[in-house]
Amino acid sequence: MISVLAVEIPYWGQSLLRVLGGLVAVLLPAGAIVYLFLFKMMSFMQSRLGPMEAGPYGSMQLLAEVGKWLQKEDISPDNVDKTVFKLAPVVVLLSTFLLIVVVPFGPEAVFADLDAGVFYFLAVGSVSVLGILMAGWASANKYSLLGGLRAAGQLIAYELPMVLATLGVVIQAESMNLNRIVEVQNTEAIFGFEWLGNPFVITQFLGFLIFMIAVQAELTQPPFDMPIAESELVSGYMTEYSGFRFLMFFIAEFATAGVFAFIAATLFLGGWGVPFEWFGWDNLDDVSWWMNIVGPLILFTKMLALVFVIMWVRFTYPRFREDQLQTFAWKFLIPLSLANIAVTAILKVAV
Amino acid sequence: MPKVPGLVKGLGVTLGIFGRTVKDGANTVQYPHEKESPPIRARGVIALHEDNCTACMLCSRSCPDWCIYIEGHKQLAPPRRAGGKPRQVNHLDRFDIDYALCMYCGICVEVCPFDALFWSPEYEYSEPKIADLLHDKEKLGEWMETVPEAPELEAGAGK
Repeated sequence: MISVLAVEIPYWGQSLLRVLGGLVAVLLPAGAIVYLFLFKMMSFMQSRLGPMEAGPYGSMQLLAEVGKWLQKEDISPDNVDKTVFKLAPVVVLLSTFLLIVVVPFGPEAVFADLDAGVFYFLAVGSVSVLGILMAGWASANKYSLLGGLRAAGQLIAYELPMVLATLGVVIQAESMNLNRIVEVQNTEAIFGFEWLGNPFVITQFLGFLIFMIAVQAELTQPPFDMPIAESELVSGYMTEYSGFRFLMFFIAEFATAGVFAFIAATLFLGGWGVPFEWFGWDNLDDVSWWMNIVGPLILFTKMLALVFVIMWVRFTYPRFREDQLQTFAWKFLIPLSLANIAVTAILKVAV
Repeated sequence: MPKVPGLVKGLGVTLGIFGRTVKDGANTVQYPHEKESPPIRARGVIALHEDNCTACMLCSRSCPDWCIYIEGHKQLAPPRRAGGKPRQVNHLDRFDIDYALCMYCGICVEVCPFDALFWSPEYEYSEPKIADLLHDKEKLGEWMETVPEAPELEAGAGK
């Protein structure tokens, strides 16, 4: 991104563009997810219309909600550890911004094209656990603490199947660079059939399923929302938060959903690309410049489709019991993903 | 046909309702813009037919919440027939129902021996101030206009 459309941009301009781009890349999906899925799809699945008053079809409802949260009092209870309490939502939201850094939106439209992109996102994805534990501990509230510990246990348990499911993709693509993974998916062929490329959702279908289940759990969306189970823990680690700090948790929850869906789309659905065969491109350097503009839209569409599935599952199933949740991760998903890796590796070498 | 697993069936249910809502509209109504009419026997508000009331206090005494306030005095009314004695009647001075307390049990309506209290399905009488939920006898009398006609008795039922 040294020059855009042949216009040289100074370093401060690049930094500004990156900050703006990051904000858009995090907040736009979050807003779209909350409005499209949380407000509208959930309502429709319950045979009601959802917000209809603010703007046409309630489209301005988000502004109203944000305005409401900003007006609320910022309460911090007496015994809280003030510094940690105030830092926790920032850490959680920060991990979302760190995640978006490696997501490729186009052949050149990527904030940081890391060679170990997969490794980076798996590592940074765990930072939010710290924020959640901080929130749970600093709130000086037994419900918050229980929620924080549950979240930590759950996020660590489901981090493993996620890592292992991603490994299958890495083995098949022979690279940890996310842009390279996109390229491989769009240039390879399945059984000599080149028209569709080779999105790994087909060859790594098991890995895709495991990854999506792990994502669901990482986002603490139902049926994995034991950490914020309102019938027993009020609101878990978010119990003592109000006003703007709660809003940050809320944005982080849905922005992370968006980012994880971005990454899942990149790993399994071909990311920003269309099969290169369609336009006669051979490799990444060959791709036309306009994919930097169309690519984000394609990725956004794929992200929405994946979040649709996440939210669909969310609105359908009741929540797991804590022991079922842990058993499911350790005794079922992890062995399954290990088997997936073994089979992928054997096929990779043998075929 | 093989049995569909419950997990898949559940997804089908939510998606089915989603599609139905898109196609046929929601089960709910957009309240301030469109209203659904409640069934005619809905317990919305209690109306008072003042002329029938004898201030006998039965409703007030039977009210579990003590939300009916009645005050009356005795007075002489002209005789029914010419040359008769003036009648002594109870005159109703105050009949208030505090809807902030009322729990809509309907005991007062049932217990009234003179058909002075009626259920009306009217439900839009919320107030910004809780004190305004105390309806006096003029206001309770206005609700009489909203009381629906009593349904026809079943065939063979004695009057």
